Amino acid sequence: MSFPDPIAVFRTEAAELLEQIEAGLLDLNVNLGDKDQVDAVFRGLHTLKGSGAMFGFEALAAFTHHCETAFDRVRKGEVPATHALVTAVLGARDHMRALVETPMGDHEAMSETLLDNLRRAVDGADSGDAAAPAAGPARILYKIRFSLPQNAMANGTNPLPLLDELRDLGTCRIVADRSKIPSLDVLAPTDLHIAWDVELLTDQPRSAIDDVFIFVMDDMELVVEEVAAPVEPEAPVTTIKAPAAAPEPTISSSLPAPAAVASPATNAPADAKAAKAAENVRVPAERLDELMDRVGELVIAQSRLSQLAGGSGDLQLRAVSEDVERLSGELRDTMMVLRMVPVTQLFGRFRRLVHDLANETGKRIELVTEGETTEVDKSVIERLADPMVHLVRNSCDHGLETAEERRVAGKPEAGRIHLSARQQAGEVIITIKDDGRGINKDRVRAKAESSGLIQPNASLTDQELYQLIFQPGFSTAQAVTNLSGRGVGMDVVKRTIDALRGTINVVSRPGEGSEISLAIPLTLAIIDGLLVRVGNARYVIPLSAVEECLELSVEEDMRSRGRSFISLRDSLVPFLRLRDLFRTGTKPDPFQKVVVISTGSERVGLVVDQIIGDHQTVIKGMSKLHHDVGMFSGATILGDGGVALILDVGHLVAEGQQQEAHLRAAG
Amino acid sequence: MNQAVRKLSEDLWNGRDELEVLTFEIAGETFALEAFIVQEILDLLPETSVPGAKAFVGSVINFRGKVIPLADIRLAFGMEATRPTIDSRIIVIEIEIDDEPVLAGIRTDKVHEVTTLQRSASEPPPSVGMRWRPDFIDCLVKRGSEFIILPNLQVIFSAQHDRSATAA
Repeated sequence: MSFPDPIAVFRTEAAELLEQIEAGLLDLNVNLGDKDQVDAVFRGLHTLKGSGAMFGFEALAAFTHHCETAFDRVRKGEVPATHALVTAVLGARDHMRALVETPMGDHEAMSETLLDNLRRAVDGADSGDAAAPAAGPARILYKIRFSLPQNAMANGTNPLPLLDELRDLGTCRIVADRSKIPSLDVLAPTDLHIAWDVELLTDQPRSAIDDVFIFVMDDMELVVEEVAAPVEPEAPVTTIKAPAAAPEPTISSSLPAPAAVASPATNAPADAKAAKAAENVRVPAERLDELMDRVGELVIAQSRLSQLAGGSGDLQLRAVSEDVERLSGELRDTMMVLRMVPVTQLFGRFRRLVHDLANETGKRIELVTEGETTEVDKSVIERLADPMVHLVRNSCDHGLETAEERRVAGKPEAGRIHLSARQQAGEVIITIKDDGRGINKDRVRAKAESSGLIQPNASLTDQELYQLIFQPGFSTAQAVTNLSGRGVGMDVVKRTIDALRGTINVVSRPGEGSEISLAIPLTLAIIDGLLVRVGNARYVIPLSAVEECLELSVEEDMRSRGRSFISLRDSLVPFLRLRDLFRTGTKPDPFQKVVVISTGSERVGLVVDQIIGDHQTVIKGMSKLHHDVGMFSGATILGDGGVALILDVGHLVAEGQQQEAHLRAAG
Repeated sequence: MNQAVRKLSEDLWNGRDELEVLTFEIAGETFALEAFIVQEILDLLPETSVPGAKAFVGSVINFRGKVIPLADIRLAFGMEATRPTIDSRIIVIEIEIDDEPVLAGIRTDKVHEVTTLQRSASEPPPSVGMRWRPDFIDCLVKRGSEFIILPNLQVIFSAQHDRSATAA
């Protein structure tokens, strides 16, 4: 197993940081006074800069530095947070992502423009005060007191280079605080007992000092105080007389409060964050798949053990076998949970989207999310993102009215997009709801008729009519906007959801809004299946496709030699004899069963020899050598170690119809 | 054709004078495969036939929790079917098809041994007097009075793969 590429690791980390920064900025935009969010954004930018520089993303580090500086000033209360600033930094954030992805690209011009925006936003917020760090090298006196944990040296930290780095920043006076050194008889020579007081006169920003300590920040004590604005270079140095005179690490009230409070505030959340990070481990998805395979093998081995134990009279063996059975069952359940991630990740992206859409359309839009803790298989989440973007765009663009129209209609001016997720019987239901004008049924019908999707005056239920909007090339928007209306998109939604074996449900009330629900199976790796036997082999039919099971009566069986139809509650359902289709060459069981499945609009019966029962199916892909076999979508391993193939229902029906056509042509 | 075959067998030896192989028997003929592509030798396992698949890879087996196809080399060489005996084994190999590693089982009548073949004893397949497709064979190695066949699995599997692809 090779080590992960450090650059790739940085990119993953950067992506997460950028997400955090974005979330922080958007929260800040809602509540500009939120100090915690300012700090969160600042921390994110700071870490991004630090690790960017460490991994050689110089351009990124340099660019991020400016944003960090801007936020540092907000943090210190020098400039207020404004919407303009948030928007400027949001733009800058996108640029940072570009810098992370293509560090070699030509980003100079873009960087300049964005920094101009940023400067304007900061200066605009600033009350014309020219004391911006960029404006001139104002020298500031900092009093820094820091101490490292006792075991720091054992961990490979050397305080001397840290002091050297501080010296590099400006004029420096360093005094060691030796008060904590114990008497010689109890002194351990490898422990660190010294604390340092440093007076630093520098034109560097505060963040430069933090940078010095970036690698030891988590478990050290650091107090940085900004003493005063420009002082004569020599003056502070002479005021220090002895270690005893060094300022206490506690903050005296006479100091400029915002700056002083800032440093302990940064350290505390950083600690909390470090503790939280330790609880999470990043694991590549394919290792989880491997683990899943092993668990599958274990379950199979265990079921063989159970069979052996069941056949023997040894009570102790039985007891052990039962223990193993319980344990492997639990292991399997835990394994399933490992792949699940909360939908927060998915919903988070839409806050930015809605923010941008609101700006573009000039509408006021509120995004409300609900049920973010609902968990879904990771691969499902990834594939859901695109279709959801289309749906949310559609709601913002077509669904929601302008503020004026809303006022006339007696609604609150701000439109509302409501995203929710919940679990329901093996499925996760994701709903995108807006309180806009709703889907105009007449227009959908007119459009469908004119583009030949339906016959004029065809009678359709509302649901059928709404489903038309998911047809390729369908759009009712009269104006093609930047956002949507080109008719691509909604059919992509449909296709992706189909591929995830999900369904789309549309509800709309004119003038009140529309609601689109996506019902997706919780996982792609496991399906509920119906295990059946045909001849000597066993097959799995996805339970989601099964409508009902019934017995093929002897008369029906005899009668159906000529025509393969059964009548099911007054409608005729064609059926396929899987024994014939699979050419098993075995004699049919005396009582044949029919499993009625539906593929979209078609209902088809599958005649099998025996219905064994439902089966939690772990899907294994078919080998490359079997890619020509369309009747099966995969295979699964049964409890006894045997293999059962999983029927691809749609393909099977097509195959059956073809055969039927052949028969008809031949007969 | 002869030129192409010669080239393939050059690829097989790849400048080496000796080749470590696993020898086994199918329908009375001795075959050999390079030892490093062999993953495992298994007793016969329950097979699940795949309706609609090519006869050459007509079934699948459960190999340690993976579902892998079971190939029958006899069909590629047009040999008589043999009944499973107490000596029958499945050799699991990993080969590259279209630059992707693919696991497959090969049904054999008997597995002999891991041995070393000398390049000096090898010959390209004769272009006449052989009922097998010459490109299915990398080379023949003479040992004592008999020949050991080194099949070219890439070509055999790809041929089945291609044919099925065009048929689909």
